[in-house]
Amino acid sequence: MKRRQFIKTVGVGGILGSTTLRSSSANAARPKVVVVGAGYGGATAARHLSMWSGGSIDVTLVEPNPAFISCPLSNLVLGGSRQLADLTVGYERLGSRSGITMVREMATGVSHDKRLLMLANGKNLPYDRLILSPGVDFQYDRLSGMRQPGARERVLHAWKAGEQTVALRKQLEAMPDGGAFVMSIPQAPYRCPPGPYERACQVAHYFKQSKPKSRVILLDGNEDVVSKGALFKKVWAERYPGLVDYRPSFNTVDVDAKSGTVVSELGDEVQGVVVNLIPPQAAGAIAAGAGLANVNRRWCEVDFLSFESTQASHIHVIGDAIQVAPLMPKSAHMANQHAKVCAAAIIELLADRAPPSRPVLTNTCYSFVSDKDVIHVTSVHAYDAQKKTLLAVPGSGGVSAMPSELEGRYAMDWARNIWADTLL
Amino acid sequence: MRLNGFVLTAAALLCWQGAQAQPGAPTKADMDAGRRLYATCAACHGTDGKPVAGSSLPPLAGQPREILASSMKAFREGSRPATIMHQIAKGYTSEQIELIAAYLAAPANSERP
Repeated sequence: MKRRQFIKTVGVGGILGSTTLRSSSANAARPKVVVVGAGYGGATAARHLSMWSGGSIDVTLVEPNPAFISCPLSNLVLGGSRQLADLTVGYERLGSRSGITMVREMATGVSHDKRLLMLANGKNLPYDRLILSPGVDFQYDRLSGMRQPGARERVLHAWKAGEQTVALRKQLEAMPDGGAFVMSIPQAPYRCPPGPYERACQVAHYFKQSKPKSRVILLDGNEDVVSKGALFKKVWAERYPGLVDYRPSFNTVDVDAKSGTVVSELGDEVQGVVVNLIPPQAAGAIAAGAGLANVNRRWCEVDFLSFESTQASHIHVIGDAIQVAPLMPKSAHMANQHAKVCAAAIIELLADRAPPSRPVLTNTCYSFVSDKDVIHVTSVHAYDAQKKTLLAVPGSGGVSAMPSELEGRYAMDWARNIWADTLL
Repeated sequence: MRLNGFVLTAAALLCWQGAQAQPGAPTKADMDAGRRLYATCAACHGTDGKPVAGSSLPPLAGQPREILASSMKAFREGSRPATIMHQIAKGYTSEQIELIAAYLAAPANSERP
């Protein structure tokens, strides 16, 4: 806290003298857009700002991680059919695009008045428009057991792909046959609605091959499977009989990491050899800290024509951190779509023109129910000028009829093409 | 394109093109709108209709405008079988489909790296 305050005070003071001059001369020629977060949202925004403006915008992309690791497909690492390296893409090509500068740093704060983004290294980046794509943060403060020393090393989330994905796979490998893998699913909204159920399929797939006496116990904070419910339940019944134990309306309020016990609101206790707690989530810290999380202090409300925050002008929020429109999931595909609407709007706004008036967005989430077979959910969302929000187009969208290998191929096409569309 | 001295606004031109559904030179505004609309398809079909190497989907960039538009309409009406496109195509109006098709078919798009 003190450190951040120090950075704010000294950083702003230090740069103030030169900012006025620099921005007035630079603004005329090359407008500055700073993007925080190089995931599916932020990287797509940077890339499309560069492409669609012909490199005429000065885009700075701030990201602390050395490479992009995809959350979609990361459940396959738990199932054993993919390695983390298969889901990792470097930032080199994106960073070499015309107009894009990558800064490997953590963003720590925003000065709305001075239009500056503060970085952990004490430097400040001036912006004409700021895009925050910080993803989600985990609300461990709501689970007292998770604040105990060592609890978060033992009870993993694996809900941001990376070290935790690999560590959870190791826990599954070390688990004796006959043990229980317990997953706690938070109440919606959370990142990736079908993700927990796909994960259940992947772990069941692994158990079926290697540990057939083991079980997956799903403790769902929701009343029913949140996405593709009928399809997932059919898969569990037909492909993984006796392996998946689904328990709806189990609202986790605490965890004892040492004994591997998950406790519900009603006092029910469920024990597992491996416990995977997907924590409740909120907009990433940089957005919340900038005062933009104006819906239940959790999510950031935006104007869907531009993704500009309704709380602060010149700051746009995209991806999982926003308060979603009706039937809009928090997904990678959706973040990629937010980014494009936002980039197109910013190009117009920087030229003192109104953003395009009728944006359309799609969503497609493929879920692997085994190492090969896949099901999808898809939707199309169009701007409704009267209601000032994005609405699912009536009659559009839907789910697969059944799992298929063909959709498995399309899922891999999706992954490779969206990675290129986001990062190359 | 000679139009007997009529001065058409961009909006009127758009209507005219939509009504005729004929391949003509799209305006810059049409191309921009088509590019933004196509960007909703890029996650599976590749940026600007150019999928990455090894994709099982054919490149859409550079295909004839009529074929692209009629494929989308066939998906929308259910006459062309699909795993997912019949559900997605229903999210687009005929005017939007024409804009996407014109964008993908334009030589400027196929020549772009």
